[in-house]
Amino acid sequence: MTAPTILDDFLFDIYPYICLAILLLGSLIRFDREPYSWKSDSSQTLRLRQLRMGSNLFHYGVLIVILGHFVGFLMPEAIVLRLMSPTEHMLLAMVIGGIAGLIAIIGMSVLIHRRLADVRIRGNSRRWDIAIVVMLWLQLALGIATVPVSAQHMGGAQFERLVAYVQTVVYFQGGGAAILQGIPWVYKAHILLGFTIFLVSPFTRMVHIWSGVGSIAYLFRPYQLVRKDTRAANPMK
Amino acid sequence: MKIRAQIAMVLNLDKCIGCHTCSVTCKNVWTSRKGMEYVWFNNVETKPGIGYPKDWENQQRWKGGWERKRGGKLVPRQGGRWAVLARIFANPYLPEIDDYYEPFTFDYENLQTAPELPTAPVARPISLVSGRTMDKVEWGPNWEEILGGEFDKRSKDYNFEAVQKDIYGQFENTFMLYLPRLCEHCLNPSCVASCPSGSIYKREEDGIVLVDQDKCRGWRMCVSGCPYKKMYYNWVSGKAEKCTFCYPRIEAGMPTVCSETCVGRIRYLGALLYDSDRIEEAASVENPHDLYHAQLDLFLDPFDPEIRRRALEDGIAESWIEAARNSPAYKMAVEWKIAFPLHPEYRTLPMVWYVPPLSPISAHANAGAIGSSANGLPDVGSLRIPVRYLANLLTAGNEAPVVSALERMLAMRAWFRAKQLGEFQDPALLSSVGLDEATAGEMHRYLAIANYEDRFVIPTAHRETAHDAYKIRGGCGFTFGNGCDGIDAKAGLFGGKMGRRKMIPIRKLDEAE
Repeated sequence: MTAPTILDDFLFDIYPYICLAILLLGSLIRFDREPYSWKSDSSQTLRLRQLRMGSNLFHYGVLIVILGHFVGFLMPEAIVLRLMSPTEHMLLAMVIGGIAGLIAIIGMSVLIHRRLADVRIRGNSRRWDIAIVVMLWLQLALGIATVPVSAQHMGGAQFERLVAYVQTVVYFQGGGAAILQGIPWVYKAHILLGFTIFLVSPFTRMVHIWSGVGSIAYLFRPYQLVRKDTRAANPMK
Repeated sequence: MKIRAQIAMVLNLDKCIGCHTCSVTCKNVWTSRKGMEYVWFNNVETKPGIGYPKDWENQQRWKGGWERKRGGKLVPRQGGRWAVLARIFANPYLPEIDDYYEPFTFDYENLQTAPELPTAPVARPISLVSGRTMDKVEWGPNWEEILGGEFDKRSKDYNFEAVQKDIYGQFENTFMLYLPRLCEHCLNPSCVASCPSGSIYKREEDGIVLVDQDKCRGWRMCVSGCPYKKMYYNWVSGKAEKCTFCYPRIEAGMPTVCSETCVGRIRYLGALLYDSDRIEEAASVENPHDLYHAQLDLFLDPFDPEIRRRALEDGIAESWIEAARNSPAYKMAVEWKIAFPLHPEYRTLPMVWYVPPLSPISAHANAGAIGSSANGLPDVGSLRIPVRYLANLLTAGNEAPVVSALERMLAMRAWFRAKQLGEFQDPALLSSVGLDEATAGEMHRYLAIANYEDRFVIPTAHRETAHDAYKIRGGCGFTFGNGCDGIDAKAGLFGGKMGRRKMIPIRKLDEAE
């Protein structure tokens, strides 16, 4: 195994933090200063056709994928190893991630077709709207492409290295580039594109993901909302 | 009991001439923007017809309003909280823009620039959504104007329920009425209940329901949640927009634009006091027939000194209680009982009410087949518009209140007709429908004369007690940047509040006492 080059160091140890910092700060600034621009930007009103299938498949698929990434990568190793062997861990990721990824990419393919082929939707798309769906499609494709590659390394050692890499980034341990030495390019491309999507998110409609999480608050609020005018008051008092 | 006040609207359908001035002035003020071309916060429909958007009254299809569960609990018809969130990625009950109509303009330029042709040049329609030339305009905001189209299609109108509708397709039996519609500013709004981001709210001080544009995320559950389909999605801004009840005008004591410009003087605006603690109870009565009365029971008597005392206690200003006493809405809805809510069966407790229209005596009755009742008034059953149709529109199918209202209006007319012609005014005419001379006189003044100051009794918002005006002096104009959004006043991302400098507090005179 060779030592990581400067480029490797930048891409896998520094770039992720640039992306995450911009994701967080960019979102925060947009939320604070441009709340009117913060929206899901649905095009359903213009055309229902294809959206119902495409959007549901994509969103439900990708939710499972994202949840899987969180649980699979961030669960402490001690707990994972108590539950299953590295091979089983990898197999679980391949099966669940593979199926959910396939569902999501089918949905996304439908959505891209709709966005590009429907005159109404195409004519009212921003450049970023198209760019982001293409990026997401590629990311899903790369993610699915890792499944057959993983299948050639069923020992689970390589998979554990990927877990270790994600944890070095998340826990600020450094040296991530070294861990990734010799890892097939599909994984690396998936990692880089993933962080790039984080990078561009605050500037696109992707910010609606935060609100999607926020809408869980809906489950706990009363149905009716009444706002009191801070102005209205009894002049008698 | 917690008393709140609302500015309610009443529309006298008996006088609506279907001129669409309300719709046009509203559109010019509020919805002449991009993404809102297809939107009419106020529209006028010709009934019977399927309306705008198409078939909006069919809640089996659009799932608007509330549903009463077996235990008596109310749940939005489109589903509870979990169901709403589960459908957030694609709302199955959302109307498409074609259900309203594809907004269009015309290629007027071609009329001037076309080369010499053997035929006259035409201005072809151009879609405002795709920008492409349209082969044909398929539908518009008022496609069924004055019974346009075949009876077969118009008679899909939901209000024909339990009416033998076939005979009304015949020319000599046909009938129509105009129905101007706007947001109902409900007491129990289902749009508010459907919003996953909690951006829609009812204003406590005047009952106006608004969308917080900065908080709306475009989940579009409100569009399907509203049974009147008066919540719209701006497809350019990605936000929900709705009738604002012209709140800047209302706050200043002025009528809404639609009311101000109404040529027929059919619109009335006035304050109503109601008990907000009993909203849920009223909205969830078991029999839909009782919903009209349940809502009527929420309105409080502004002449009752006890109500006045409690209203003041709950923060309602004296000027509002005074306005509630002179409210035309209170007179028509509560005192005379001639105004009714639109589709109370949606259980949203709407606050735009309607006086049902009278109509000519049907040809059938003219021929002597149906006699008049004992007091010389024509039987309301002989009017062209079937009572059941009006009841389906206004009282969830309960005919008795509609009959009573129509009889009162007929009696008032007959009474004044006799007066004008110098004929004998039979007091029995009024007493038989529960009116007296003074009330009939007032009804005549409000319905027939409809003076501006009788129609619009709008108390101004009490801005002066809201902010401490001293603190906001010089607040806008030369600011610290970013317009007047007050960034210099509160903590923000950039800069934020300055350190606390001790200043000698300025005391107001009344505090010093």
